[in-house]
Amino acid sequence: MNNDLLQLICFYFFGAVSVIGALMVISVKNSVHAVLSLVLTFFSMACVWLLAEAEFLAIALVVVYVGAVMVLFLFVVMMLDIKQEAVREGFIRYLPVGIIVALVMLVEMLAMIGVRAMHAHTLGPNPAGDSNVAWLGQALYTEFLLPFEIAALILTVGIVAAVALTLRQRAGVRHQTASQQVAVNAVDRVRVVKVASEQMASVSPAPVVAPPQENAP
Amino acid sequence: MITLSHYIVLGAILFCIAVAGLFINRKNVIVLLMAIELMLLAVNTNFVAFSRFFGDVGGQVFVFFILTVAAAESAIGLAILVLLFRNRSTINVAEIDSMKG
Repeated sequence: MNNDLLQLICFYFFGAVSVIGALMVISVKNSVHAVLSLVLTFFSMACVWLLAEAEFLAIALVVVYVGAVMVLFLFVVMMLDIKQEAVREGFIRYLPVGIIVALVMLVEMLAMIGVRAMHAHTLGPNPAGDSNVAWLGQALYTEFLLPFEIAALILTVGIVAAVALTLRQRAGVRHQTASQQVAVNAVDRVRVVKVASEQMASVSPAPVVAPPQENAP
Repeated sequence: MITLSHYIVLGAILFCIAVAGLFINRKNVIVLLMAIELMLLAVNTNFVAFSRFFGDVGGQVFVFFILTVAAAESAIGLAILVLLFRNRSTINVAEIDSMKG
């Protein structure tokens, strides 16, 4: 078996798995199962990207999407108390129109992109050379430096927005105010009391009982 | 031999499945968000394929940025979803009509 045929078989296998996973995402009853099918789809598409020799992006897809975003989806799905039957209402009603629209779109897209013309483009030598990461990083840190910084800014805005949206002030909760704690002075906390020193009544014998409590001036 | 049309057709199929998902699931906002993720995946596949076959690094850099923005988008979308469920205790699209849009 030559190398090209093996690649083609791998492509068909991963493509079929990702299409089946995508169909399961939109059709299964349970939302948790839908999220897990989406994980399967992302994983097999990462394998397809590996076949296109985009190694860094394939690993980034697994790490960022499967590792972070899908886990976020799972968290939210499991946190919300969703009634399965209510969610499924209207599935049969909208199924025909969904299938028709999808098929028409698919036919239009295939007609537009011209499958036969694109067949002429076969896999040439890898433009990345030895290292895909070096190729990508070279462009990212020179030509696309400003978009790269803006991407970091967008992620920060995303964090702040998500926290600010879901932050909830509960009524009747006693909490501490950090600014007041920091701004406190020693004078407010400690009161220095002057106490007159006591004179020993006699040296011997030593008094057993405690001295009388009259230390206030 | 894998050609460019293989990748494009796979991306088109995934995109159309996601569009069908948007049409079919009228009740569950989470599935709608997942369909949007599927669409982004299909578009990213096209970008990767064109970048590889035409030897331009810009396509892969663009996929990088799309991944970043999509991660921020889904985080904010899920936060809005949690907020919505907390206030209305439903994620049914038909019942979320308080803005009368």
